[in-house]
This record gives sequence, C-alpha cells and structure tokens, in this order.
Amino acid sequence: MKKFKEIKSIAAYIDRKNIDTDAIIPKQYLKAVTREGFGEALFDDWRYLEPGNLGDNHALRKKNPEFFLHDPKNEGAQILIAGDNFGCGSSREHAVWALMDYGFNVVISSSFADIFYNNCFKNGLLPIVLNDSNMDKLISNVNKKNNIYMISLENQLIKCDDLEIKFKIDNRRKEVLIKGIDDISETLKLSDKIKEYENIKAVKTPWMFNG
Amino acid sequence: MKKTLYDKLWDEHHIYSYDNGYSLIYINKHLIHEVTSPQAFEGLKQAGRSIWRKKSVMAVPDHNVPTTLREAGIKDPISKIQVDALNKNCKTNDLLKFDLEDIRQGIVHVVGPEQGIILPGMTVVCGDSHTSTHGALAALAFGIGTSEVEHVLATQCLLQKKSLNMNIKVNGKMPEYFYSKDLALLIISQIGTAGGTGYAIEYTGNAIRDLSMEARMTLCNMTIEAGATTGLVAVDEKTISYVENKPYSPKGENFSSAKKYWENLTSDNDALYDKIIDIDISESSPMITWGTSPEMAVGIDGKLPSLDDERFSSKRQDLLNAFSYMGLKEKQSVNSIELDKIFIGSCTNSRIEDLRIVADIVKNKKIANNIKSAIIVPGSGLVKEKAENEGLDKIFTKSGFEWRSPGCSMCLGMNDDKLNEYERCASTSNRNFEGRQGRLGRTHLVSPATAAAAAIHGHFVDVRDM
Repeated sequence: MKKFKEIKSIAAYIDRKNIDTDAIIPKQYLKAVTREGFGEALFDDWRYLEPGNLGDNHALRKKNPEFFLHDPKNEGAQILIAGDNFGCGSSREHAVWALMDYGFNVVISSSFADIFYNNCFKNGLLPIVLNDSNMDKLISNVNKKNNIYMISLENQLIKCDDLEIKFKIDNRRKEVLIKGIDDISETLKLSDKIKEYENIKAVKTPWMFNG
Repeated sequence: MKKTLYDKLWDEHHIYSYDNGYSLIYINKHLIHEVTSPQAFEGLKQAGRSIWRKKSVMAVPDHNVPTTLREAGIKDPISKIQVDALNKNCKTNDLLKFDLEDIRQGIVHVVGPEQGIILPGMTVVCGDSHTSTHGALAALAFGIGTSEVEHVLATQCLLQKKSLNMNIKVNGKMPEYFYSKDLALLIISQIGTAGGTGYAIEYTGNAIRDLSMEARMTLCNMTIEAGATTGLVAVDEKTISYVENKPYSPKGENFSSAKKYWENLTSDNDALYDKIIDIDISESSPMITWGTSPEMAVGIDGKLPSLDDERFSSKRQDLLNAFSYMGLKEKQSVNSIELDKIFIGSCTNSRIEDLRIVADIVKNKKIANNIKSAIIVPGSGLVKEKAENEGLDKIFTKSGFEWRSPGCSMCLGMNDDKLNEYERCASTSNRNFEGRQGRLGRTHLVSPATAAAAAIHGHFVDVRDM
C-alpha cells in the first residue's frame, strides 16, 4: 500500500448525509474483477444524466452540470467533505477504490459507517472524523476565496490560512497509513500463535472446524 | 466478571492483543461469493501467498446469477467472467463450492445456516454486509471488505477493535401480521441508520425468544441497516434444534458435547451493556419504508411525515430529497401509494417461512392489473424444492407471480431483475437507497405479508384488514 503523504489541495463539499456505498459506486460496476478504473463511475447515478455501464466510454455520457464534481472550483480536489454517516450500507470496497481512483485521498465527515471506515485503511484513504462545530467551521470556509488545505496526518492537522483544526485518529490506524503497512505481513508474523490457537481449539471444539 | 454474549464470543476467538488497542481474532468460517472475492484471490496470487485453512471456506455464486432459464447458463458475458473466476479460484484452491446447477446453491446467507456450515459460537465473515444474519445462531458474524477477505484467506484472522455492547430488549407479544422484518424497520426508524455504529447489538426479551430461527435471521440481517455490523441472539432450545441434523453439523457424541458448549452462549445475568434500548411491540403496526433510507419508515396505517414536524427539523432537507426521489408528498397516506412491481426474496426474506406467509395471503387471489411484474425468488435450491413439495409454487403462479431460481436478484439488481426508471416496488429486501434496485427505481421495504397484500391490491394496504 502506498504511504500517505502530507496533502495540499482544495476541498470539494457535498451537502448530503447518509451517503451509501451504492451511491458512491453502483452495482453494475461491481462486476469488474480488478481494483482499478472505478473513478469515472464515482457517484455515477448523480453525476451523469444517463445510465452507464462497466466498459462504457464515460466521457461520452451526458453529465449532470449541477453535480458538485462538475463545478469548476472543485476540479482536482483531493479532499472530499460530506455529511454524517458517510459510506453506510454495502461492504463493497469498490467505494474506496472509486474515491481514490477519482483522486480523493482524504474524506472528512462527522461520522463514517464501520465497514467503510475499515476499508479506507486497507487502501491508503484517510477518513477524518470531526465534531459538529469543526465541521461547521470547515464547511463555512469552503466557499471562501482560499479553499486550499494542508492536511498533515503526522500532526493530525487541517490548515487553511488562520483556520487550524486538529483531528483525532488512533495510533495504529495512523501508523498503517503513514508507513503503508501491509496488514497481512504483520499478521503472518504471528503464525505460530495462530497455529497454537488452532491446535488447542481443534481438540476442544472440533465442530468449529467443520467443512 | 459478568460477560455479554458478544464478550464471550470475542474472548473465545481472541488470539493476541497488540499494545495499540487492537486484537487478532480467529475466524472459523469464511463465506465467499463471486462479486467481492476475485480481487482478493488475485492479491493473494500476486503476493505468492496460499490459503491458510481451505476447509474454512464455503463459496457460492449468488449476486450476479440469473433467476430464469438457468439451463442456458449465464447470458451476460461480464457476469459470466465473474462467476467463472469464482469457479476457477475455488477449483485451483480446492474450496467447497455449490455450483449454479447444485440444488444447494442459493444466497450465501441462506445456504450457510441451511447446511449447518454456520454453527453457534463460530466467528463468521463474508465480503457482504448482511453477514450479520448469522448472529441469529449466536455466531459472531460480520461483513468485511475485499482486502479483509484476502487477509482472512491468507491468515485465518482479522485485526479488530472490540465493539461496544448494545442490548435491544424487545418485550410484549408480537401482534398479528407484525413480523421480525417489521420489528427491524421499527428499531431502525427509532435509532436511525447510524444508531448502532460502533456497537454489537444483542436482541433480548420475550418477543425475541418467541421468534423462530428464520425470523431471528431476518432481524439480525437488518442489523447492518442500523449501522451495527453484528446482531446477536442468544442460544436457546430453538437454536439447538435448528442446527441438529444439518449436513455439516456435528453428529452423535460430537453433537452432545457441542450442545453443552452452545448452551453457555448467552449473556450472563447482570452483564453490563454500554447501551440499553427498551422497546414494547404489543401495539405496533406492520411497517413500510417510504423514503430512501431504511430509517424512513412508518406504520402501514399511518401517513408520511409532515415537513413541519419538529422531530424532523434537522432532517428537513433529507425529507425533501426523499419525497422528490420517491415521487411522494408529505402527509400522504400509505395506502394511496400504487405499485408497479413486487419483489419477494433476498437474504432478508426468502426462507420457507417467508414463502408460506405469502402463500397464505395470495391463495386463490390474483395480483392486481397494474402490477407489471411480481417475482418470488427463493433463497436457495433447497428452499425452492421444499416450497414446491408443499405446493406453494402452484399457489404463486396461479395468483400471477413468477416463480424463479435462487439468487440475490432484485435486492441489488446486478442481474436482469431490476426496476426501470421511476418504477415503484414493494420489496422484501433490505435497502431502499436511491438506485439500489435500478437507476431511479423506487423501493419500499416491507415484510413478505405486506408485499403479498400489496400485490393483490396494486397499492399498499393494511394486511390486517384483508
């Protein structure tokens, strides 16, 4: 996994709560067998005025000019700000892949759904949780002339001119992103402990190993 | 120390505590389907890793598969690639898989318990959020993303932070025509779709004890719609008799010793929960969702919310968006909502008891003329066979329903079963999100009984009045 570096970018704001993973990437794109190429279909139903499918040339599809991603001021944004309970619903990791493939490296919300939140850290996407008052401060800044933010995971800080917002994240998650840790390699270091566990349980509760 | 059921399941599978608050948890059973696994197998291959314990895996194609003309195979070439990839990955790695032609094929969350592959006390994961279903058997079960699918394949473990404990106590007697689907929608409408985020929910109380195992599966299945990845019901006699004599459940002495273990899978008296919610359902009405989130639900005898209602003051814009998407108005009465399609199926409501409820209501009646299509998709080939042995399929087709082959079908519309733009559907599935059943399609989540009654009348009716 690539390491998370300090980010300097404009932030795109979508004023909507409970954005589910079906909205982030609709079902027809889940038929892909790779992790790449979902960015063009990010928020597909909202972003285009006509239906789309896996393998389409999305550049030819009629865009919804009112959708926030098509606002010129949001062009090139690596930071997404969204309403409460972002990423709810389906466990599809394609939602994270789509956000990252589009170019987002940070998502900021007042809360995230559990499975989506977990999936972020497997791919190098930083989800930042802010309390309501900090969310309000950030959102009111988005329409100002300077909407460029420096986000430092190291210092747990969002900065834009005088606006400085500290955010919380647990140490393990932070380390995973900064070092680009591969969880599987980490877990395999404990292979002996896993085998020891299996040997004990296979005797005590053999039915747990059916199949 | 007094333990909750979740505490017990957690402790039993706990291998190692890192000093950063995370734990390594052992996974007994790994369910796999065609949509969220190909990238995991590919990752494994690229890293040159092998599968830690092959016997922990059960695979079945369900999300993408056609529910008609099965003999002809999968027509959609892209879907076929995905199902073929599952076949190949299972064959290469020698994994248990129920093929499309196998009578045991069906929706992964129906097949697992039906085969006795899921047993109380296990940890169960699947790259699908509705894995919470298996908590009905007092298994610690939750959905994961594809990277975690790869992690479990490679290590048989997951890195986890322990959730908080929530107890939803459901008391009172279940009213007539009020089912566990209605109960789930009632709970979600009260605590919201993020109400359970960060928690493992245990359902307790006499109303839960009265529920059948299949009804408990429906309730635990919908737990993810309240934001909690895990929903649990403690073991009782119903649990034990459900798992007895299933193909993969232990037999003879092994069963007796397992039974002793399972009987301890209840929360200790006076165990501490981080949150307790009390619900009395004695006076509750069957529920229907009217909006684009499972929490937007009202009683079948009620009206859609008013924009002036103070309870929704902070959600006014959400309500407006939902009314607009759904083509509905505030304060509209529920029975004025006319329907185009009926879908009975999904991992929430496609088991034999669901089908019997539908048959009872539609027997000797015809579906209304305005219903363009009404499909019933059994949860597995074995559910289908059982229904046919009971003659239910004849009742359905005589009423005008289509009787299909098992799969996820119109719950998420990955195959041909979907809504066209602006079509309105009474659906026994679990999500009414925008576009869930098809771009611009309009979904109302209901119980099988309410869906059946709506099919006959062409609009929502209070099933208690039929």
